[in-house]
Amino acid sequence: MSAPANNATSAATIAAAIADTRAIAAQAEMVTVRKGLPWWRLLARDPLALCAAVWLVLMLLCMLAGPEWLGKAATDINLRARNLPPGSTEKGWIMFLGSDALGRSMLARLVVASRNTLTVAFTAVVVAMLLGGVLGLIAGYIGRGVGNLIMRLSDVVQSFPSLLLAVVVLYMLEPRVANLIIVLAVTRIPSYLRVTRAQVLEIRERGFVDAARAMGGSSTHILWRHVVPIVAPTLLTILTVDFAIVMLAESGLSFLGIGIQPPEITWGLMVAQGRNYLTQAWWLAFFPGLAIMITTLSANLLSNWLRLVTDPVQRWRLEAPKTAVKTNA
Amino acid sequence: MLPYLTRRAVHSVVALLGLVVAVFFLARLTGDPTDLFLPLDASREERAEFAHKHGYDRPATEQFVHFVGDVMEGNLGFSLRKQRPAMELVLEAYPTTLKLAAVTLLLGISLAVAVGALAAYRPGGLFDRVGSTGSLIGASAPDFWVAITAILLFSVSLGWLPTSGTGGFLYWIMPVTVLALRPFGLLVQVVRGAMLDALASAYVKTARAKGVGESSVIYVHALRNACLPVVTVAGDIAVGMVNGAVIVETVFGWPGVGKLMIDAVIQRDFAVVQASIMVTAAAIFLMNILIDLLYVALDPRIRHQ
Repeated sequence: MSAPANNATSAATIAAAIADTRAIAAQAEMVTVRKGLPWWRLLARDPLALCAAVWLVLMLLCMLAGPEWLGKAATDINLRARNLPPGSTEKGWIMFLGSDALGRSMLARLVVASRNTLTVAFTAVVVAMLLGGVLGLIAGYIGRGVGNLIMRLSDVVQSFPSLLLAVVVLYMLEPRVANLIIVLAVTRIPSYLRVTRAQVLEIRERGFVDAARAMGGSSTHILWRHVVPIVAPTLLTILTVDFAIVMLAESGLSFLGIGIQPPEITWGLMVAQGRNYLTQAWWLAFFPGLAIMITTLSANLLSNWLRLVTDPVQRWRLEAPKTAVKTNA
Repeated sequence: MLPYLTRRAVHSVVALLGLVVAVFFLARLTGDPTDLFLPLDASREERAEFAHKHGYDRPATEQFVHFVGDVMEGNLGFSLRKQRPAMELVLEAYPTTLKLAAVTLLLGISLAVAVGALAAYRPGGLFDRVGSTGSLIGASAPDFWVAITAILLFSVSLGWLPTSGTGGFLYWIMPVTVLALRPFGLLVQVVRGAMLDALASAYVKTARAKGVGESSVIYVHALRNACLPVVTVAGDIAVGMVNGAVIVETVFGWPGVGKLMIDAVIQRDFAVVQASIMVTAAAIFLMNILIDLLYVALDPRIRHQ
């Protein structure tokens, strides 16, 4: 949009710039009339974010229904279909991504493993968001002493490598799913805590909070009705980034053998197991890692998009340009 | 400035002491410490003898005083597998990890600054899009998987690079690249944002108005200020490097502290785990203080606050 501003030499660029400005003006009118576009139309305008959202929904479906749908295919041993390379169709579509040394379908195992991988990451970030949010509200709203103590603790957690913390705790406690979730959640609390506290410190000085207090609103009422709705969108944006971070951390731990233990499977564990067959069957380690990467990339892309959508100053970037193209055409 | 640094240093020491206490109590509260220290297949007699020798049958307070005294002396236990003091093993492995980290940081930071600055020069241009997408992929890729895929491609299929171990130049290529991936991805975005701000700032306008050449504007006026946020996130990057080093060292058989620790976890050699955690924590707190000092040295605006 701003590109022609510097070197608008040719008539064509000037004309394009004028058309752009008109389109923005027209869009601005439409926006005031329609109060912005619904989020799903905004999503449809950003192809990368749309792909990311579609992939994440697909993964959500796999997580919810996968083990029931393909659970049998993922555990059935078929010695006549051992180490089938990807693209094999003679044993049916289920072997499309190949099979492992016991003849189990790669595709089915990937779908089944999605439940553990995604549940651990999702639960951990939600727990971290709730705890971090509440602690941030307390640290920002209630007072100096408690606030400082909370911030110091969060400093300690933040300045310590998450993987090391997980290693120690999972060494001492058993590497069970619940412990894994707790460790991952604790390492992510500081980011929510900081953002919430910073925002609360600013929001509590605003007029509507004073007004609510003057009208006799209690602290919990003010926090819940006036502060939380403003903080929530930011926290959701962090949640999507953190989802990617936590998924990578969980996969790393499972890969190292101190995360989720067999016979349970996660994508990280599948990479670790496939590593032993690297020379005979590369697909065993390759596809689970690819699944991790596409999912984390999708979460990052979606979070970038969310940041734009929830930011009133930036939102026009999503709303305006594509309309300009449409009105020109 | 000095009170601020002193406060930071005090916080670090308090945090370190907290860690020492936490390690002690976690190890005692989660069950019989002999379970932690001895391998799973140890017999009952072995356990009793071990507990008596190390004082685990005495009251917890007495054990704690003893433990703190030992830590102060740098005595963090004896490796059961290697039959050597744990601290010695950790200090032996550290230089190897630090060498890897130093090379990685040097390469990663300089590349990220170059790519981020170039991307910010023409926002929305081809280079910006390629660079931004590339950095996003770098930040999203699971490092252990990239490492394995690289081994598959460059060592197994093409036979260009050695799969693991240490040695000449060729041994460094894959570990450094994989380890640099995530810091690079993060830094490109940071530098790009900072450079965009710097190019729009008043001092760049002033420089241009004075007739300073374009390359001098970019490299002297804008880039120098755009590099400051790199120092701000350096702490996060250092923490991330430790996480990454654990994985990279394990996959590439690099005999550093990350591999030492994971091996110790798998062999249930608690003294080594404990020693490597504490030395790493101390190193990170020290590093944070150094970063603060560097920040003050680089930005005169902070010095005069």
